[in-house]
Amino acid sequence: MIKRDLRIAFRHKSEILNPLFFFIIVVTLFPLGISPEKVLLAQIGPGIIWVAALLAAMLSLDSLFRSDFEDGTLELMLLSEYPLSILVLAKIVVHWLITGLPIIIFSPLLGTVMFLSNDAIETLMITLLLGTPILSLIGAIGMALVVALKRGGMLLSLLVLPLYIPVLIFSSNAVGSSMAGLSISGQLYFLSAFMLFCLTLAPIATSAALRVSLE
Amino acid sequence: MFKSIMKFIYHFASPKHFYRLSGKLIPWFAWLAALLLIAGSIDGLFIAPVDYQQGDSYRIIFVHVPAAWMSMFIYMVMATSGAIGLIWKIKLADVIASSSAPIGAAFTFLALVTGSIWGKPMWGAWWVWDARLTAELILLFLYLGFMALEAAIEDPRAAARACAILAIVGVINIPIIHYSVEWWNTLHQGATVTKFDKPSIHISMLIPLLLMALGFKLYYVAVVLVRARNKVLYTDQNSGWVKELIKSKNEQFTSI
Repeated sequence: MIKRDLRIAFRHKSEILNPLFFFIIVVTLFPLGISPEKVLLAQIGPGIIWVAALLAAMLSLDSLFRSDFEDGTLELMLLSEYPLSILVLAKIVVHWLITGLPIIIFSPLLGTVMFLSNDAIETLMITLLLGTPILSLIGAIGMALVVALKRGGMLLSLLVLPLYIPVLIFSSNAVGSSMAGLSISGQLYFLSAFMLFCLTLAPIATSAALRVSLE
Repeated sequence: MFKSIMKFIYHFASPKHFYRLSGKLIPWFAWLAALLLIAGSIDGLFIAPVDYQQGDSYRIIFVHVPAAWMSMFIYMVMATSGAIGLIWKIKLADVIASSSAPIGAAFTFLALVTGSIWGKPMWGAWWVWDARLTAELILLFLYLGFMALEAAIEDPRAAARACAILAIVGVINIPIIHYSVEWWNTLHQGATVTKFDKPSIHISMLIPLLLMALGFKLYYVAVVLVRARNKVLYTDQNSGWVKELIKSKNEQFTSI
């Protein structure tokens, strides 16, 4: 299942590249819009990078179920002998691999551009590593709820963004703290706990939502 | 035992009986709510002593705090009845959940507005990025998301089930959001209503507060029943009992 989805994703290269370009462009907009000053950018950098990552993850959710819904694959998944939540989890993993992972790989570059210190960049990567799976997992629930709707995009952001807030708070706070030389273990513990929590429950909620959407 | 309880619940939850029973209950709840709200307002606005730090402007808490309580309580009701509707397929639970949402959103909005009116003289700003304020704002977004999802799905059954899932996911997230935001930034004064902790509220201020809270709660029950009655009538408009009802109402009307 993971293999199949990855293969499909690699055939449509734009699906991988678009969220990444979006992420980079959004981050670029802020120095242009606010000011190129070093001190200010270093201060707001972590938040900006995280907000951009969050938006990129949300806008790419459409690829998670949409095409499978349209060609009927999703219905076959519902009928298959494997538990739906496992299949859903596989799809989420693929979504993370094609959207979350590139963002993590490119984040040191953007961190440098935003004048973050080396420690902060390291923390940024750790928080992205812990946080982006949460974005994919929670986003999958929202996407499963709106997949059958024609104009779900706006609605999806209204459903999903409030649930993303804890991730944003803890992650950008951790990066900020590590820049100030403070301990960040508390934030990282919370993020890991939240990720495990979502990992266990989100696939179940997603499959329940899919069943409703496909009725 | 369990079977008979379930039978009773199903009996009560059938639209026809719900319609009749709620029609009898609504005036009681509404009048009690009005009575409590009037008593609470008089007690809170005129009788309760002036706060030694905040002067008279603290009196807005008699609206603000109960509204904030209700905003959370109604979300819990929504999620619980959504879960009941999802598990036992009781249609009435879905109706209650969907008719609670706008009321809850209204209370959340009220809490935010009264809070900012209070914040202007106290903190010198209409809005501060404080933990509780932000959490309440996020709660408002959750309500709006619920209502938007319900409006977007055409089939009412599917809409109710999708919304129930959303409400349950939201309810699991509320404590997480709450604590994360609290940890993020705190300026709001801590809760002072529990009598076990110091500093706590004086009894002469607590009584009007509780009167108002109870009044708000009964008001909510009355309004949610009215809304649910309308929804039940609308969804069952082609069934036998509604037609009978309309016929008898028409007869009453013509006899006058």
